[in-house]
Amino acid sequence: MDYSQFLMMPQELGLLAVVLLVFLYDLFMPKTTQRYLPLFACVAFGIYTVATSLNVVTGSAFSGMYESNQATFAIKVILNIGALIVLIQSAKWANSEFVSVRRGEFYTLLLITLFGMDFMISARHFLLFVIGLETASLPLAALVAFDKNHYESHEAAVKYMFTAIFSSAIFMLGLSFVYGIGGSLYFDDLFLAVSASMSPLLIIALAFVVAGVGFKLSLVPFHLWTADVYQGAPTAVTSYLSVISKGAAAFAFFAILTQVFGCVYETAWEWMLYALIILTITLGNLFAIRQKNLKRFLAFSSISQAGYIMLGVVACSELGLASLMLYVLIYIFSNLAAFGVIQAVEMNSGKVSMDDYNGLYQTNPKLSFAMTLAMFSLAGIPPFAGFFSKFFIFSSALQSGSVALYVLVLIALINTIVSLYYYLLVVKAMFINPNDQPIAAFKSHVSERIAIFVCVLGIILIGLASCIYAWLVESAAQFV
Amino acid sequence: MEPSILCYLIPSLIMFGCGVYGFITRRNMLAILISLELMLNAVDINFVVFNRFLYPGEFEGMFFTLFAIALAAAETALVIAIIINIFRMAKNLDISEISKMKF
Repeated sequence: MDYSQFLMMPQELGLLAVVLLVFLYDLFMPKTTQRYLPLFACVAFGIYTVATSLNVVTGSAFSGMYESNQATFAIKVILNIGALIVLIQSAKWANSEFVSVRRGEFYTLLLITLFGMDFMISARHFLLFVIGLETASLPLAALVAFDKNHYESHEAAVKYMFTAIFSSAIFMLGLSFVYGIGGSLYFDDLFLAVSASMSPLLIIALAFVVAGVGFKLSLVPFHLWTADVYQGAPTAVTSYLSVISKGAAAFAFFAILTQVFGCVYETAWEWMLYALIILTITLGNLFAIRQKNLKRFLAFSSISQAGYIMLGVVACSELGLASLMLYVLIYIFSNLAAFGVIQAVEMNSGKVSMDDYNGLYQTNPKLSFAMTLAMFSLAGIPPFAGFFSKFFIFSSALQSGSVALYVLVLIALINTIVSLYYYLLVVKAMFINPNDQPIAAFKSHVSERIAIFVCVLGIILIGLASCIYAWLVESAAQFV
Repeated sequence: MEPSILCYLIPSLIMFGCGVYGFITRRNMLAILISLELMLNAVDINFVVFNRFLYPGEFEGMFFTLFAIALAAAETALVIAIIINIFRMAKNLDISEISKMKF
Protein backbone atom coordinates (compact mmCIF):
# COMPACT_ATOMS: atom_id res chain seq x y z
CA MET A 1 0.00 0.00 0.00
CA ASP A 2 1.18 3.45 -0.91
CA TYR A 3 1.07 5.53 2.24
CA SER A 4 1.74 8.77 0.41
CA GLN A 5 -1.91 8.87 -0.65
CA PHE A 6 -2.77 9.94 2.89
CA LEU A 7 -1.19 13.28 1.96
CA MET A 8 -4.18 13.85 -0.32
CA MET A 9 -6.30 14.50 2.75
CA PRO A 10 -4.58 17.20 4.83
CA GLN A 11 -7.88 18.58 6.13
CA GLU A 12 -9.03 15.27 7.58
CA LEU A 13 -5.62 14.40 9.03
CA GLY A 14 -5.28 17.84 10.61
CA LEU A 15 -8.72 17.52 12.14
CA LEU A 16 -7.83 14.10 13.51
CA ALA A 17 -4.72 15.62 15.09
CA VAL A 18 -6.83 18.35 16.73
CA VAL A 19 -9.25 15.72 18.06
CA LEU A 20 -6.38 13.72 19.55
CA LEU A 21 -4.78 16.81 21.11
CA VAL A 22 -8.04 17.85 22.76
CA PHE A 23 -8.64 14.29 23.92
CA LEU A 24 -5.14 13.99 25.43
CA TYR A 25 -5.46 17.40 27.10
CA ASP A 26 -8.74 16.27 28.65
CA LEU A 27 -7.21 13.02 29.88
CA PHE A 28 -3.79 13.96 31.14
CA MET A 29 -3.60 17.64 32.06
CA PRO A 30 -3.93 18.45 35.79
CA LYS A 31 -7.30 19.48 37.21
CA THR A 32 -6.30 23.10 37.71
CA THR A 33 -5.66 23.62 34.01
CA GLN A 34 -8.85 21.91 32.86
CA ARG A 35 -10.84 25.09 32.64
CA TYR A 36 -8.57 26.29 29.86
CA LEU A 37 -9.68 23.37 27.70
CA PRO A 38 -12.22 25.46 25.70
CA LEU A 39 -9.52 28.04 25.01
CA PHE A 40 -7.09 25.29 24.01
CA ALA A 41 -9.65 23.69 21.69
CA CYS A 42 -10.50 27.02 20.04
CA VAL A 43 -6.84 27.90 19.50
CA ALA A 44 -5.92 24.46 18.16
CA PHE A 45 -8.91 24.40 15.85
CA GLY A 46 -8.23 27.98 14.73
CA ILE A 47 -4.64 27.16 13.84
CA TYR A 48 -5.82 24.08 11.96
CA THR A 49 -8.46 26.10 10.06
CA VAL A 50 -5.96 28.74 8.97
CA ALA A 51 -3.19 26.26 8.14
CA THR A 52 -5.35 24.04 5.96
CA SER A 53 -7.03 26.91 4.10
CA LEU A 54 -3.77 28.17 2.70
CA ASN A 55 -3.24 25.75 -0.15
CA VAL A 56 -5.39 23.29 -2.03
CA VAL A 57 -4.42 19.67 -2.52
CA THR A 58 -6.17 18.05 -5.43
CA GLY A 59 -6.15 14.40 -6.29
CA SER A 60 -7.73 11.11 -5.34
CA ALA A 61 -6.80 8.40 -2.88
CA PHE A 62 -7.73 4.81 -2.01
CA SER A 63 -8.24 3.76 -5.64
CA GLY A 64 -10.67 6.59 -6.29
CA MET A 65 -12.84 6.21 -3.19
CA TYR A 66 -11.75 9.58 -1.87
CA GLU A 67 -11.34 12.68 -3.97
CA SER A 68 -10.15 16.12 -3.04
CA ASN A 69 -10.66 19.05 -5.39
CA GLN A 70 -11.28 22.81 -5.36
CA ALA A 71 -14.99 22.49 -4.57
CA THR A 72 -14.65 20.01 -1.69
CA PHE A 73 -11.80 22.15 -0.37
CA ALA A 74 -13.98 25.29 -0.46
CA ILE A 75 -16.94 23.72 1.33
CA LYS A 76 -14.65 22.23 4.00
CA VAL A 77 -13.10 25.63 4.64
CA ILE A 78 -16.59 27.13 4.98
CA LEU A 79 -17.66 24.42 7.44
CA ASN A 80 -14.42 24.84 9.42
CA ILE A 81 -15.09 28.55 9.81
CA GLY A 82 -18.61 27.81 11.01
CA ALA A 83 -17.42 25.17 13.47
CA LEU A 84 -14.79 27.57 14.81
CA ILE A 85 -17.49 30.16 15.55
CA VAL A 86 -19.59 27.50 17.29
CA LEU A 87 -16.60 26.47 19.41
CA ILE A 88 -15.88 30.07 20.41
CA GLN A 89 -19.44 30.90 21.35
CA SER A 90 -19.92 27.76 23.40
CA ALA A 91 -16.77 28.33 25.52
CA LYS A 92 -18.65 29.86 28.43
CA TRP A 93 -21.35 27.18 28.36
CA ALA A 94 -18.66 24.47 28.40
CA ASN A 95 -17.25 25.93 31.61
CA SER A 96 -20.62 26.27 33.33
CA GLU A 97 -21.46 24.29 36.42
CA PHE A 98 -23.27 21.23 35.05
CA VAL A 99 -21.27 20.87 31.87
CA SER A 100 -17.71 21.37 33.08
CA VAL A 101 -17.16 17.76 34.22
CA ARG A 102 -17.64 16.45 30.70
CA ARG A 103 -16.59 19.35 28.50
CA GLY A 104 -13.83 17.20 27.01
CA GLU A 105 -16.44 14.90 25.49
CA PHE A 106 -18.24 17.86 24.01
CA TYR A 107 -15.20 19.00 22.05
CA THR A 108 -14.07 15.52 21.03
CA LEU A 109 -17.50 14.42 19.80
CA LEU A 110 -18.17 17.70 18.02
CA LEU A 111 -14.91 17.55 16.10
CA ILE A 112 -15.42 13.87 15.23
CA THR A 113 -18.76 14.71 13.60
CA LEU A 114 -16.94 17.31 11.52
CA PHE A 115 -14.43 14.59 10.58
CA GLY A 116 -17.29 12.39 9.35
CA MET A 117 -18.76 15.24 7.34
CA ASP A 118 -15.42 15.85 5.63
CA PHE A 119 -15.41 12.24 4.46
CA MET A 120 -19.02 12.49 3.35
CA ILE A 121 -18.13 15.52 1.24
CA SER A 122 -15.07 13.97 -0.37
CA ALA A 123 -16.48 10.48 -0.91
CA ARG A 124 -16.58 9.11 -4.42
CA HIS A 125 -17.78 5.68 -3.33
CA PHE A 126 -21.01 4.94 -1.51
CA LEU A 127 -19.36 2.84 1.20
CA LEU A 128 -17.16 5.73 2.28
CA PHE A 129 -20.17 8.03 1.97
CA VAL A 130 -22.31 5.93 4.31
CA ILE A 131 -19.50 5.60 6.84
CA GLY A 132 -18.97 9.37 6.77
CA LEU A 133 -22.69 9.94 7.18
CA GLU A 134 -22.88 7.68 10.23
CA THR A 135 -19.69 9.07 11.74
CA ALA A 136 -21.37 12.44 11.50
CA SER A 137 -24.75 11.48 12.91
CA LEU A 138 -23.93 9.04 15.74
CA PRO A 139 -21.81 11.43 17.88
CA LEU A 140 -24.36 14.16 17.16
CA ALA A 141 -27.03 12.06 18.86
CA ALA A 142 -24.78 11.71 21.89
CA LEU A 143 -24.29 15.48 21.86
CA VAL A 144 -28.03 16.10 21.67
CA ALA A 145 -28.40 14.00 24.83
CA PHE A 146 -25.60 16.01 26.48
CA ASP A 147 -27.82 17.88 28.93
CA LYS A 148 -27.93 15.01 31.38
CA ASN A 149 -30.27 16.61 33.88
CA HIS A 150 -32.92 17.63 31.40
CA TYR A 151 -35.46 15.10 30.27
CA GLU A 152 -36.12 17.00 27.03
CA SER A 153 -32.53 16.52 25.96
CA HIS A 154 -32.87 12.72 26.07
CA GLU A 155 -36.23 12.79 24.35
CA ALA A 156 -34.73 14.89 21.57
CA ALA A 157 -31.79 12.48 21.27
CA VAL A 158 -33.98 9.42 20.94
CA LYS A 159 -36.15 11.16 18.34
CA TYR A 160 -33.05 12.20 16.43
CA MET A 161 -31.58 8.71 16.59
CA PHE A 162 -34.75 6.90 15.49
CA THR A 163 -35.21 9.17 12.49
CA ALA A 164 -31.51 8.97 11.66
CA ILE A 165 -31.54 5.15 11.61
CA PHE A 166 -34.84 5.09 9.73
CA SER A 167 -33.52 7.44 7.11
CA SER A 168 -30.23 5.62 6.69
CA ALA A 169 -32.13 2.31 6.30
CA ILE A 170 -34.21 3.88 3.53
CA PHE A 171 -31.10 5.40 1.99
CA MET A 172 -29.28 2.06 2.03
CA LEU A 173 -32.27 0.26 0.50
CA GLY A 174 -32.08 2.75 -2.36
CA LEU A 175 -28.35 2.08 -2.57
CA SER A 176 -28.93 -1.68 -2.81
CA PHE A 177 -31.17 -1.12 -5.85
CA VAL A 178 -28.59 1.21 -7.36
CA TYR A 179 -26.00 -1.50 -6.78
CA GLY A 180 -28.30 -4.01 -8.50
CA ILE A 181 -28.53 -1.72 -11.53
CA GLY A 182 -24.89 -0.69 -11.76
CA GLY A 183 -22.88 -3.49 -10.19
CA SER A 184 -20.56 -1.05 -8.48
CA LEU A 185 -20.64 1.57 -5.77
CA TYR A 186 -18.16 3.99 -7.34
CA PHE A 187 -19.79 7.24 -8.40
CA ASP A 188 -18.03 7.19 -11.77
CA ASP A 189 -19.01 3.61 -12.66
CA LEU A 190 -22.58 4.21 -11.55
CA PHE A 191 -22.80 7.33 -13.69
CA LEU A 192 -22.01 5.27 -16.79
CA ALA A 193 -24.32 2.41 -15.78
CA VAL A 194 -27.22 4.73 -14.96
CA SER A 195 -26.99 6.61 -18.23
CA ALA A 196 -27.11 3.32 -20.14
CA SER A 197 -30.26 1.97 -18.50
CA MET A 198 -33.37 3.95 -17.69
CA SER A 199 -35.72 1.69 -15.77
CA PRO A 200 -38.56 2.00 -13.21
CA LEU A 201 -36.21 0.41 -10.68
CA LEU A 202 -33.86 3.37 -11.09
CA ILE A 203 -36.65 5.83 -10.27
CA ILE A 204 -37.60 3.85 -7.15
CA ALA A 205 -33.96 3.69 -6.08
CA LEU A 206 -33.58 7.41 -6.65
CA ALA A 207 -36.72 8.17 -4.63
CA PHE A 208 -35.32 6.16 -1.71
CA VAL A 209 -31.95 7.91 -1.92
CA VAL A 210 -33.58 11.36 -2.07
CA ALA A 211 -35.79 10.48 0.90
CA GLY A 212 -32.80 9.26 2.89
CA VAL A 213 -30.75 12.41 2.37
CA GLY A 214 -33.91 14.52 2.70
CA PHE A 215 -34.19 13.36 6.31
CA LYS A 216 -30.71 14.68 7.06
CA LEU A 217 -31.51 17.99 5.39
CA SER A 218 -35.01 18.09 6.99
CA LEU A 219 -36.89 18.68 3.75
CA VAL A 220 -40.59 18.76 4.34
CA PRO A 221 -42.21 15.38 4.27
CA PHE A 222 -39.22 14.24 6.35
CA HIS A 223 -38.88 17.22 8.70
CA LEU A 224 -40.86 16.23 11.77
CA TRP A 225 -37.85 15.52 13.98
CA THR A 226 -36.27 18.94 13.47
CA ALA A 227 -38.25 21.16 15.81
CA ASP A 228 -38.17 18.74 18.75
CA VAL A 229 -34.47 18.06 18.42
CA TYR A 230 -33.60 21.75 18.12
CA GLN A 231 -35.67 22.57 21.17
CA GLY A 232 -34.43 19.75 23.37
CA ALA A 233 -30.72 19.88 22.56
CA PRO A 234 -28.34 22.26 24.36
CA THR A 235 -28.15 25.56 22.45
CA ALA A 236 -24.51 25.08 21.45
CA VAL A 237 -25.38 21.74 19.87
CA THR A 238 -28.49 23.16 18.20
CA SER A 239 -26.49 25.88 16.52
CA TYR A 240 -23.97 23.32 15.28
CA LEU A 241 -26.74 21.02 14.05
CA SER A 242 -28.58 23.78 12.23
CA VAL A 243 -25.69 25.14 10.20
CA ILE A 244 -22.74 22.77 9.87
CA SER A 245 -24.63 19.50 9.60
CA LYS A 246 -27.10 21.06 7.17
CA GLY A 247 -24.39 22.61 4.99
CA ALA A 248 -22.51 19.31 4.68
CA ALA A 249 -25.70 17.42 3.83
CA ALA A 250 -26.64 19.98 1.17
CA PHE A 251 -23.26 19.67 -0.52
CA ALA A 252 -23.39 15.86 -0.37
CA PHE A 253 -26.89 15.90 -1.84
CA PHE A 254 -25.65 18.02 -4.73
CA ALA A 255 -22.69 15.69 -5.25
CA ILE A 256 -24.82 12.54 -5.36
CA LEU A 257 -27.51 13.95 -7.62
CA THR A 258 -25.15 15.47 -10.16
CA GLN A 259 -22.29 12.97 -10.14
CA VAL A 260 -24.29 9.75 -9.97
CA PHE A 261 -27.72 10.59 -11.35
CA GLY A 262 -26.74 13.64 -13.39
CA CYS A 263 -27.80 12.16 -16.72
CA VAL A 264 -31.35 11.30 -15.64
CA TYR A 265 -31.97 14.86 -14.47
CA GLU A 266 -34.96 15.61 -16.68
CA THR A 267 -36.54 12.18 -16.66
CA ALA A 268 -36.25 11.30 -13.01
CA TRP A 269 -35.47 13.80 -10.30
CA GLU A 270 -36.20 17.29 -11.57
CA TRP A 271 -39.92 17.11 -10.72
CA MET A 272 -39.28 15.27 -7.49
CA LEU A 273 -37.20 18.20 -6.30
CA TYR A 274 -39.72 20.80 -7.47
CA ALA A 275 -42.37 19.24 -5.25
CA LEU A 276 -39.95 18.93 -2.31
CA ILE A 277 -38.80 22.54 -2.58
CA ILE A 278 -42.29 24.05 -2.79
CA LEU A 279 -43.49 21.95 0.17
CA THR A 280 -40.36 22.66 2.22
CA ILE A 281 -40.35 26.42 1.80
CA THR A 282 -44.10 26.88 2.23
CA LEU A 283 -44.75 24.55 5.16
CA GLY A 284 -41.57 25.63 6.94
CA ASN A 285 -42.71 29.22 6.74
CA LEU A 286 -46.29 28.56 7.80
CA PHE A 287 -45.24 26.57 10.86
CA ALA A 288 -42.61 29.15 11.82
CA ILE A 289 -45.29 31.83 12.18
CA ARG A 290 -46.99 30.13 15.11
CA GLN A 291 -43.87 29.30 17.17
CA LYS A 292 -43.27 30.99 20.50
CA ASN A 293 -40.08 29.23 21.59
CA LEU A 294 -37.18 30.87 19.77
CA LYS A 295 -35.28 27.60 19.24
CA ARG A 296 -38.35 25.97 17.67
CA PHE A 297 -38.87 29.12 15.66
CA LEU A 298 -35.35 28.94 14.26
CA ALA A 299 -35.87 25.22 13.57
CA PHE A 300 -38.78 25.93 11.25
CA SER A 301 -36.94 28.87 9.74
CA SER A 302 -34.01 26.54 9.03
CA ILE A 303 -36.40 24.09 7.34
CA SER A 304 -37.55 26.77 4.93
CA GLN A 305 -33.94 27.92 4.41
CA ALA A 306 -33.09 24.32 3.42
CA GLY A 307 -35.71 24.68 0.70
CA TYR A 308 -33.89 27.73 -0.65
CA ILE A 309 -30.58 25.83 -0.55
CA MET A 310 -32.22 23.11 -2.67
CA LEU A 311 -32.78 25.68 -5.43
CA GLY A 312 -29.03 25.48 -6.00
CA VAL A 313 -29.32 21.70 -6.44
CA VAL A 314 -32.18 22.05 -8.93
CA ALA A 315 -30.01 24.42 -10.98
CA CYS A 316 -27.63 21.45 -11.41
CA SER A 317 -24.79 23.60 -12.78
CA GLU A 318 -21.54 25.09 -11.57
CA LEU A 319 -23.30 28.37 -10.79
CA GLY A 320 -25.81 26.35 -8.77
CA LEU A 321 -23.01 24.79 -6.73
CA ALA A 322 -21.26 28.15 -6.24
CA SER A 323 -24.45 29.86 -5.04
CA LEU A 324 -25.24 26.85 -2.83
CA MET A 325 -21.86 27.23 -1.11
CA LEU A 326 -22.31 30.99 -0.78
CA TYR A 327 -25.77 30.40 0.69
CA VAL A 328 -24.33 27.96 3.23
CA LEU A 329 -21.56 30.42 4.17
CA ILE A 330 -23.93 33.34 4.70
CA TYR A 331 -26.50 31.15 6.43
CA ILE A 332 -23.76 30.06 8.86
CA PHE A 333 -23.01 33.66 9.83
CA SER A 334 -26.64 34.78 10.07
CA ASN A 335 -27.90 31.78 11.98
CA LEU A 336 -24.92 31.68 14.35
CA ALA A 337 -25.44 35.36 15.17
CA ALA A 338 -29.04 34.57 16.13
CA PHE A 339 -28.03 31.52 18.15
CA GLY A 340 -25.21 33.46 19.78
CA VAL A 341 -27.70 36.00 21.12
CA ILE A 342 -30.11 33.26 22.20
CA GLN A 343 -27.33 31.47 24.02
CA ALA A 344 -26.09 34.60 25.75
CA VAL A 345 -29.60 35.39 26.97
CA GLU A 346 -30.25 31.78 27.96
CA MET A 347 -26.99 31.55 29.93
CA ASN A 348 -27.82 34.69 31.90
CA SER A 349 -31.56 34.44 32.43
CA GLY A 350 -32.64 30.97 31.26
CA LYS A 351 -35.30 32.43 28.97
CA VAL A 352 -35.88 31.28 25.39
CA SER A 353 -39.48 32.33 24.71
CA MET A 354 -40.22 35.11 22.25
CA ASP A 355 -42.40 36.94 24.80
CA ASP A 356 -39.44 37.15 27.17
CA TYR A 357 -37.60 39.16 24.56
CA ASN A 358 -40.14 42.00 24.80
CA GLY A 359 -38.30 45.20 25.58
CA LEU A 360 -34.86 43.64 25.30
CA TYR A 361 -33.69 46.77 23.49
CA GLN A 362 -34.02 48.92 26.61
CA THR A 363 -31.76 46.71 28.67
CA ASN A 364 -29.40 45.08 26.17
CA PRO A 365 -29.22 47.29 23.07
CA LYS A 366 -26.13 45.64 21.57
CA LEU A 367 -27.53 42.11 21.68
CA SER A 368 -30.81 43.38 20.22
CA PHE A 369 -28.89 45.04 17.43
CA ALA A 370 -27.02 41.82 16.59
CA MET A 371 -30.26 39.83 16.65
CA THR A 372 -31.91 42.39 14.36
CA LEU A 373 -29.11 42.15 11.83
CA ALA A 374 -29.32 38.35 11.91
CA MET A 375 -33.07 38.43 11.30
CA PHE A 376 -32.68 40.95 8.45
CA SER A 377 -30.02 38.78 6.88
CA LEU A 378 -32.11 35.60 7.22
CA ALA A 379 -35.07 37.39 5.65
CA GLY A 380 -32.93 38.77 2.83
CA ILE A 381 -33.15 42.54 3.24
CA PRO A 382 -30.78 44.27 0.77
CA PRO A 383 -27.65 45.69 2.30
CA PHE A 384 -27.02 42.54 4.32
CA ALA A 385 -25.49 39.29 3.16
CA GLY A 386 -28.73 37.30 3.13
CA PHE A 387 -30.00 39.34 0.21
CA PHE A 388 -27.02 38.42 -1.93
CA SER A 389 -27.24 34.71 -1.15
CA LYS A 390 -30.93 34.66 -2.13
CA PHE A 391 -30.22 36.73 -5.23
CA PHE A 392 -27.48 34.43 -6.48
CA ILE A 393 -29.41 31.25 -5.74
CA PHE A 394 -32.50 32.54 -7.57
CA SER A 395 -30.50 33.66 -10.56
CA SER A 396 -28.64 30.33 -10.76
CA ALA A 397 -31.96 28.47 -10.67
CA LEU A 398 -33.30 30.62 -13.49
CA GLN A 399 -30.27 30.00 -15.67
CA SER A 400 -31.77 27.22 -17.78
CA GLY A 401 -34.84 29.38 -18.35
CA SER A 402 -37.66 26.81 -18.43
CA VAL A 403 -41.18 28.01 -17.52
CA ALA A 404 -41.49 25.57 -14.62
CA LEU A 405 -38.37 27.02 -13.01
CA TYR A 406 -39.79 30.54 -13.30
CA VAL A 407 -42.94 29.39 -11.47
CA LEU A 408 -40.79 27.70 -8.82
CA VAL A 409 -38.73 30.81 -8.20
CA LEU A 410 -41.90 32.93 -8.09
CA ILE A 411 -43.29 30.71 -5.34
CA ALA A 412 -39.98 30.97 -3.48
CA LEU A 413 -40.12 34.77 -3.80
CA ILE A 414 -43.64 34.96 -2.42
CA ASN A 415 -42.46 32.83 0.48
CA THR A 416 -39.64 35.27 1.15
CA ILE A 417 -42.28 37.89 1.90
CA VAL A 418 -44.06 35.51 4.29
CA SER A 419 -40.76 34.83 6.03
CA LEU A 420 -40.14 38.58 6.38
CA TYR A 421 -43.30 38.73 8.51
CA TYR A 422 -42.16 36.27 11.12
CA TYR A 423 -38.54 37.38 11.22
CA LEU A 424 -39.77 40.90 11.92
CA LEU A 425 -41.96 39.56 14.76
CA VAL A 426 -38.74 38.98 16.71
CA VAL A 427 -37.50 42.49 15.92
CA LYS A 428 -40.87 43.91 16.93
CA ALA A 429 -40.76 42.04 20.22
CA MET A 430 -37.35 43.47 21.07
CA PHE A 431 -37.90 47.07 19.99
CA ILE A 432 -41.63 47.87 20.14
CA ASN A 433 -43.52 45.56 22.48
CA PRO A 434 -43.78 47.06 25.97
CA ASN A 435 -42.70 45.01 28.95
CA ASP A 436 -42.65 45.91 32.62
CA GLN A 437 -39.96 43.42 33.54
CA PRO A 438 -37.61 43.02 30.60
CA ILE A 439 -34.60 40.72 30.90
CA ALA A 440 -32.15 42.51 33.18
CA ALA A 441 -29.11 44.18 31.67
CA PHE A 442 -26.06 41.91 31.67
CA LYS A 443 -22.59 41.84 30.25
CA SER A 444 -22.08 38.78 28.11
CA HIS A 445 -18.94 36.68 28.32
CA VAL A 446 -15.97 37.71 26.17
CA SER A 447 -16.16 34.54 24.05
CA GLU A 448 -19.80 35.20 23.22
CA ARG A 449 -18.99 38.79 22.35
CA ILE A 450 -16.20 37.73 20.00
CA ALA A 451 -18.43 35.18 18.25
CA ILE A 452 -21.34 37.59 17.83
CA PHE A 453 -19.02 40.33 16.62
CA VAL A 454 -17.48 38.04 13.99
CA CYS A 455 -20.94 36.98 12.82
CA VAL A 456 -22.18 40.56 12.55
CA LEU A 457 -19.07 41.49 10.62
CA GLY A 458 -19.70 38.58 8.27
CA ILE A 459 -23.34 39.56 7.78
CA ILE A 460 -22.33 43.07 6.76
CA LEU A 461 -19.26 42.29 4.68
CA ILE A 462 -19.67 38.92 2.92
CA GLY A 463 -22.39 40.11 0.55
CA LEU A 464 -20.38 43.16 -0.46
CA ALA A 465 -17.08 41.31 -0.91
CA SER A 466 -17.69 39.96 -4.39
CA CYS A 467 -14.30 38.23 -4.44
CA ILE A 468 -15.80 35.47 -2.26
CA TYR A 469 -18.47 34.64 -4.83
CA ALA A 470 -15.90 34.79 -7.62
CA TRP A 471 -13.67 32.37 -5.69
CA LEU A 472 -16.59 29.98 -5.16
CA VAL A 473 -17.53 30.07 -8.86
CA GLU A 474 -13.94 29.31 -9.74
CA SER A 475 -13.87 26.42 -7.24
CA ALA A 476 -17.17 24.99 -8.46
CA ALA A 477 -16.09 25.09 -12.10
CA GLN A 478 -14.08 21.89 -11.82
CA PHE A 479 -16.73 19.92 -10.03
CA VAL A 480 -19.80 19.55 -12.22
CA MET B 1 -32.97 -26.47 -9.34
CA GLU B 2 -31.25 -23.27 -8.34
CA PRO B 3 -33.74 -20.87 -6.71
CA SER B 4 -34.21 -17.62 -8.59
CA ILE B 5 -33.24 -14.17 -7.33
CA LEU B 6 -36.88 -13.36 -6.52
CA CYS B 7 -36.97 -16.08 -3.84
CA TYR B 8 -34.63 -13.86 -1.83
CA LEU B 9 -35.68 -10.37 -2.88
CA ILE B 10 -39.36 -10.76 -2.05
CA PRO B 11 -38.78 -11.97 1.55
CA SER B 12 -36.29 -9.17 2.10
CA LEU B 13 -38.78 -6.59 0.85
CA ILE B 14 -41.47 -8.08 3.09
CA MET B 15 -39.03 -7.80 5.99
CA PHE B 16 -38.41 -4.16 5.15
CA GLY B 17 -42.16 -3.52 4.97
CA CYS B 18 -42.69 -5.18 8.35
CA GLY B 19 -39.95 -2.96 9.77
CA VAL B 20 -41.60 0.21 8.45
CA TYR B 21 -45.00 -0.95 9.73
CA GLY B 22 -43.57 -1.73 13.15
CA PHE B 23 -41.72 1.59 13.30
CA ILE B 24 -44.95 3.46 12.73
CA THR B 25 -47.36 1.43 14.88
CA ARG B 26 -45.32 0.28 17.89
CA ARG B 27 -45.43 2.39 21.03
CA ASN B 28 -42.62 0.76 23.01
CA MET B 29 -39.17 2.16 22.29
CA LEU B 30 -37.48 -1.25 22.29
CA ALA B 31 -40.05 -2.57 19.80
CA ILE B 32 -39.33 0.42 17.57
CA LEU B 33 -35.63 -0.37 17.78
CA ILE B 34 -36.30 -3.99 16.77
CA SER B 35 -38.32 -2.77 13.78
CA LEU B 36 -35.41 -0.59 12.73
CA GLU B 37 -33.10 -3.60 12.95
CA LEU B 38 -35.47 -5.53 10.67
CA MET B 39 -35.20 -2.76 8.10
CA LEU B 40 -31.42 -2.67 8.26
CA ASN B 41 -31.15 -6.45 7.94
CA ALA B 42 -33.47 -6.46 4.93
CA VAL B 43 -31.07 -4.03 3.26
CA ASP B 44 -28.16 -6.37 4.04
CA ILE B 45 -29.98 -9.30 2.41
CA ASN B 46 -30.64 -7.17 -0.64
CA PHE B 47 -26.98 -6.33 -1.06
CA VAL B 48 -25.81 -9.91 -0.65
CA VAL B 49 -28.41 -11.27 -3.06
CA PHE B 50 -27.64 -8.72 -5.76
CA ASN B 51 -23.97 -9.49 -5.37
CA ARG B 52 -24.40 -13.25 -5.44
CA PHE B 53 -26.81 -13.47 -8.39
CA LEU B 54 -25.99 -10.50 -10.63
CA TYR B 55 -22.28 -9.93 -10.06
CA PRO B 56 -20.71 -13.21 -8.90
CA GLY B 57 -16.96 -13.01 -8.54
CA GLU B 58 -17.04 -9.51 -7.04
CA PHE B 59 -17.27 -8.68 -3.36
CA GLU B 60 -18.42 -5.08 -3.21
CA GLY B 61 -21.93 -5.89 -1.99
CA MET B 62 -20.61 -8.32 0.63
CA PHE B 63 -18.17 -5.74 1.95
CA PHE B 64 -20.90 -3.15 2.13
CA THR B 65 -22.99 -5.61 4.13
CA LEU B 66 -20.18 -6.21 6.62
CA PHE B 67 -19.80 -2.49 7.20
CA ALA B 68 -23.56 -2.02 7.41
CA ILE B 69 -23.78 -4.67 10.15
CA ALA B 70 -21.07 -2.91 12.14
CA LEU B 71 -22.82 0.44 11.75
CA ALA B 72 -26.15 -1.08 12.83
CA ALA B 73 -24.48 -2.48 15.96
CA ALA B 74 -23.04 0.92 16.83
CA GLU B 75 -26.40 2.59 16.32
CA THR B 76 -28.15 0.05 18.52
CA ALA B 77 -25.62 0.49 21.31
CA LEU B 78 -26.10 4.25 21.29
CA VAL B 79 -29.89 4.07 21.21
CA ILE B 80 -29.97 1.54 24.05
CA ALA B 81 -27.79 3.86 26.15
CA ILE B 82 -30.17 6.76 25.57
CA ILE B 83 -33.21 4.57 26.25
CA ILE B 84 -31.73 3.46 29.59
CA ASN B 85 -31.31 7.11 30.55
CA ILE B 86 -34.91 7.84 29.61
CA PHE B 87 -36.14 4.85 31.58
CA ARG B 88 -34.26 6.06 34.65
CA MET B 89 -35.96 9.42 34.46
CA ALA B 90 -39.48 8.51 33.33
CA LYS B 91 -39.82 4.85 34.50
CA ASN B 92 -41.69 4.14 31.29
CA LEU B 93 -40.90 3.34 27.67
CA ASP B 94 -44.24 4.10 26.00
CA ILE B 95 -43.56 6.96 23.60
CA SER B 96 -47.16 8.18 23.55
CA GLU B 97 -47.11 8.69 27.32
CA ILE B 98 -43.68 10.17 27.94
CA SER B 99 -43.39 12.52 24.97
CA LYS B 100 -43.22 16.07 26.29
CA MET B 101 -42.42 18.12 23.23
CA LYS B 102 -45.22 18.49 20.73
CA PHE B 103 -46.25 21.18 18.34
